[in-house]
Amino acid sequence: MTEKKADSRILRAEHLKAGYAHRVIVDDVSFDLYPGEIVTLIGPNGAGKSTLLKSIIRQLPVFSGTVYLEGESMARMKDSCIAEKMSMVMTQRLHPEYMTCRDVAATGRYPYTGRLGILSEEDWGIVDEALQMMHADIVANQDFTKVSDGQRQRVMLARALCQQPAVLILDEPTSFLDMRFKLDILSGIRKMARERKLAVLMSLHEVDLARKVSDQILCIQNGKAVRSGTPEEIFAGNYIQKLYGVEEKCFDSRLGMMNLPADAGDPAVFVICGGGTGIGTFYALQRKNIPFAAGVLYENDIDYAVASSVAGTVVSARAFYPVPEDCLEAAKKLIDKSEKCLCTLTGFGPYNEVNRILKEYARKTGKLQEQKE
Amino acid sequence: MQKSKSNGRYILLFVILISALLALMLWSISTGSVSIPFREAWNILFHRSGQTGETYYTVIHEIRIPRVIAASLLGGALSVSGFLLQTFFGNPIAGPYILGISSGARLVVALTMVFLLSRGIMTTPAVMILAAFIGSMLAMGFVLAVSFRIKNMSLLVVCGIMIGYICTAVTDLVVTFADDSNIVNLHNWSLGSFSGISWSNVRLMVVLTGIVLVFTFLLSKPIGACQMGESYARNMGVNVKRLRIILILLSSFLSAIVTAFAGPISFVGVAVPHLMKMLMKTARPLVLIPGCFLGGAIITLFCDDMSRLLFAPTELAVSSVTAILLAPVVIIMMVRRKGGRDD
Repeated sequence: MTEKKADSRILRAEHLKAGYAHRVIVDDVSFDLYPGEIVTLIGPNGAGKSTLLKSIIRQLPVFSGTVYLEGESMARMKDSCIAEKMSMVMTQRLHPEYMTCRDVAATGRYPYTGRLGILSEEDWGIVDEALQMMHADIVANQDFTKVSDGQRQRVMLARALCQQPAVLILDEPTSFLDMRFKLDILSGIRKMARERKLAVLMSLHEVDLARKVSDQILCIQNGKAVRSGTPEEIFAGNYIQKLYGVEEKCFDSRLGMMNLPADAGDPAVFVICGGGTGIGTFYALQRKNIPFAAGVLYENDIDYAVASSVAGTVVSARAFYPVPEDCLEAAKKLIDKSEKCLCTLTGFGPYNEVNRILKEYARKTGKLQEQKE
Repeated sequence: MQKSKSNGRYILLFVILISALLALMLWSISTGSVSIPFREAWNILFHRSGQTGETYYTVIHEIRIPRVIAASLLGGALSVSGFLLQTFFGNPIAGPYILGISSGARLVVALTMVFLLSRGIMTTPAVMILAAFIGSMLAMGFVLAVSFRIKNMSLLVVCGIMIGYICTAVTDLVVTFADDSNIVNLHNWSLGSFSGISWSNVRLMVVLTGIVLVFTFLLSKPIGACQMGESYARNMGVNVKRLRIILILLSSFLSAIVTAFAGPISFVGVAVPHLMKMLMKTARPLVLIPGCFLGGAIITLFCDDMSRLLFAPTELAVSSVTAILLAPVVIIMMVRRKGGRDD
């Protein structure tokens, strides 16, 4: 597939080497970017994601290698020519004086205005359209320095859009934003890429979101592009955990869920759970640093997904099969070792006999702590 | 809709500023240690009544008109210079006087004058301007060298003030120990004054400041981009390096012209751009460059009037008046800025 559309590549980096004055930060990175596609850089802090983006927008020098924009080497292009093809939103904060959000967005029209930079009716139309697309029209006439970080980011994206680029470079567009703005901004970027055939190259810290929004993911580690591929390829197995250097259990690459490492030690509490009822209890125990065991859980249970990363031990059974007898025995043994037992289930269906038996066992041994109604 | 409303506002403000400047100019021409009735002054100005020999005619044509034009023009140039420096350094407290650029210009002019006078050569305005420009560039060079090492804006200003002190001290030494009757002249000049400006000086400064200001105005667009920070300016297609060199040259040249003719004038360059921003509620160079020019002209002319009227016939140094009037503006502005920003 890649070969087929090779000639439509809009941005291409070949063996890019860049960094600050005497320090190489980005080493031998190559990638391709196609119209309408989002490529996301992920990787640990200090890996060189920002440096890579800054060298592409020519804020930092390229030591060797080439970046091609629409087939032309960027080193040989004039700034004014690049301005019409590439725009960006970086993390650096702006403090413009006496500028409304609309004024800030309007600066994106710079490459298209005349000698004195006066915007035409048409230019203002484009500005307002961009603001609307990014849902920033409600703050259009407010002072840019006085709106929230989220609104500011929307305005900056609208500004970048006003520049009518073919390529958009975004450095951590969702950092410091709350959930609503994160989702809103990423879906805005998605929409821009799809509707305007915009090629987007961005860095993200939220790997779970990177998976949902990107067409391609480029993993950066120690300044090198260590792996690239579709989100499906990158999120297969435990590659993400290795990339960020976290324990395998701390990240669930299927759900994109992060968990604090489990407490070591023999379980002090056994949690009888299932169907998502146990998650709250798991985290409550983890907060108090109490090692615990959970069971009996089918492997397709949402509780199982969480328990397998935060519980010391999980008694589990293969999904869609009857629970084998030794599972129950293992669970009983764990209850014997624990100081107490909690049950988050309120009722037991016909296919959950095993947990009903387990609860009875706990009550008989006097370990069951009855939940307060 | 929003835009046309603010455009109307700008036009109205410009009309008000221009009228105010003209009115102030007329008033300045008719008042002074020799008070000339307004009607008389008006007739002399617009109906060419009166003869070359008459006192009023001479006072108005040979003394007041050149002085009024010089004060307005140079004041305007000074505040545009300040605006450019503030944009260049991204520093609200930058100005040609505060950064020591005026003092640098003054030092080299004083040295040149003393050197030439000691050899019996009269200095020409062109030589003065050249000397002032060299001095400006030297001081600017120091400030730039410091700014590469120190990213802290307040420290940069402190360094500028120190450079200013050093230059002033050396100038004072030169002026004190140069024993020539012409030095009296030099002493007046070195305090900052618009007195004794001739018509030929006025013509020269009109041409020079005119060219520089028009050129600056035509750079409104890239200067506006620069206000967004270097990386965004670059992304908008501005050749930032070249623009910065041009900004340095323009602002140094403007303050050099001012210093060559009128000596160092304090605080106009730093305070007026802020006052104009507050008045016009914008920082757009397209509006603010002419705005600063008009504002600087009005304020400097007013200060010059005060300097000659307050204790007439004794004249104060213009800087004494500008400092009393404008230094508080700078302080208020710094306090408000500190309080209004969250990081």
